[in-house]
Amino acid sequence: MKIRAIAINTFREAARDKILYTLLIFGLLLIVASEVVSPLTLGQQERVMKDIGLASISIFCVLIILLVGAGLLYKELDKRTIYTILSKPVHRYQFILGKYFGLLTTLLVIVAVMTVTLYAHLWLMGQNPTAGLLIAICFIYIKLAVVTSVAIMFSGFSSPALSATFTFIIYFIGHLSADIKNLTQHLDSQFVHFLTNALYYLVPNLDYFDLKSQAVHQIPIDSSFYFLSTIYAITYIFAMLLIAIMVFERRDLK
Amino acid sequence: MAILEIEGLTKTYRVGFFNRPYSALNGVDLKIEPNEIFGYLGPNGSGKTTTIKSILGLIRPDGGKIRMFDQPFSGVESKRNIGYLPENPYFYTYLTALEVLDFYAQLFEIRKVDREKRINNLLELVGLSEARHQVLRNFSKGMLQRIGIAQALINDPKLVILDEPMSGLDPIGRKEMRDIILDLKDQGKTVFFSSHILSDVEMICDRVGIVFKGKVISVGKLEEMLSSTVKAVEITVKRLSHAGYDELQKSDEKMIHSGENTLIILRSEDDIDRVTTILTKHTTKIVSIIPHKTSLEDLFVQQLEKVLKNEN
Repeated sequence: MKIRAIAINTFREAARDKILYTLLIFGLLLIVASEVVSPLTLGQQERVMKDIGLASISIFCVLIILLVGAGLLYKELDKRTIYTILSKPVHRYQFILGKYFGLLTTLLVIVAVMTVTLYAHLWLMGQNPTAGLLIAICFIYIKLAVVTSVAIMFSGFSSPALSATFTFIIYFIGHLSADIKNLTQHLDSQFVHFLTNALYYLVPNLDYFDLKSQAVHQIPIDSSFYFLSTIYAITYIFAMLLIAIMVFERRDLK
Repeated sequence: MAILEIEGLTKTYRVGFFNRPYSALNGVDLKIEPNEIFGYLGPNGSGKTTTIKSILGLIRPDGGKIRMFDQPFSGVESKRNIGYLPENPYFYTYLTALEVLDFYAQLFEIRKVDREKRINNLLELVGLSEARHQVLRNFSKGMLQRIGIAQALINDPKLVILDEPMSGLDPIGRKEMRDIILDLKDQGKTVFFSSHILSDVEMICDRVGIVFKGKVISVGKLEEMLSSTVKAVEITVKRLSHAGYDELQKSDEKMIHSGENTLIILRSEDDIDRVTTILTKHTTKIVSIIPHKTSLEDLFVQQLEKVLKNEN
């Protein structure tokens, strides 16, 4: 009940924030605007519309994480709203989890609105969205859950601007970590190997959640991939939240 | 049974770029009895808020013991019976009064039916029934303080901890806050509040503790602490004879004449008997005898000066 109450309150906070609506409107506009670009790609209209649709869901939700999620804990400390919560019978871990699930609920609503818009747009344009598209969106949401856990972890001990920067760097490297590792295999430097290995294992490999090409080109995926990717995401989220809780547990709320 | 017992509480912060140690609490000892209003006094930076935050588990003290409701402090469980109003409270400004109280009630896992009843009663108590659907962003400072009191009472606590509850309030707001505190005592609750507005403390507290430089330097019942230190006694008499005047002057009493009245100022209570004997002997009419007790402010300053003198 306590985690749920904090989550609902976090959702309310985001839902009453104008930034969210501005981003959502931009995201929806981009989905609809794909219609303008798609005639330029002869015979590839459906692919481009799906591509742009999935990319806008991903990009705008990450922007929301950076703008809202990265300041989630810091804002509570800075505005001192946390004192009235933690002076009540609430464990600190319940507070962190409440904040995390609150932001995930916000993202779920936004992803749902954008998905409905994308599907409606494809139908209106005479295209036929497949189940693969919905699976790809589900995995975008799982990726967002991973990035949110990273943002929450940083938010516990750094300012919103720094947390957003760190989270963005992790997001960026997360899409490239496998490539970086492969590229540096041919170099001799032990240090570079150590560094790329560290990056590869520490930073989440966000490519595991990128099913865009498979959805667009309707390539079948083995079900074990879904299972392993989900397990990987859950493990990573668990680790991030555990760090966030451990840091927060030791913190004095001066 | 003491409601709250603190023994040897210590806390050192690390401050500045070089992490210099700063001792915020240097062995605070306190005992709060049931159903009393306890005023925790001290100048800014003396350790009032740090003590309160340690009691609530917001800060982890370096040493010392805290017992609450006759049990060792157990974090979350101990907080079930505490209500807390922080200094200059900040709330979620995007919520309405009703929403904010409902949120806090859920943190105590109060059932929905009971929540509604309790919230309505509290909004009534703090006079915010009309503003229940207003978002807190539009609330004045006084209204925010009142919603702060309401959230502190949402769980019907046994112990209410208020950090500087009068700070920033206008005289009417302060009077209302005093009435609420007295009302809490009537309901059988224990109130522990910190303040540096001494007149408010003097008006409503049963006992006070004075904290300075992270240590409680004086604690006791207000009337005992103040009555033990009478500053002066003023005796007003009518038609004081020359003989009486001469005799009083011999004993070096300070006198001020005004018409047929004379005001005699004694430096000590011990002189009352001697002076009244002189006055009776000279058949002078005594109009009034008024002892002037030390005010809390005098006591407060005296205590701080004593500590500073000992340090030097």
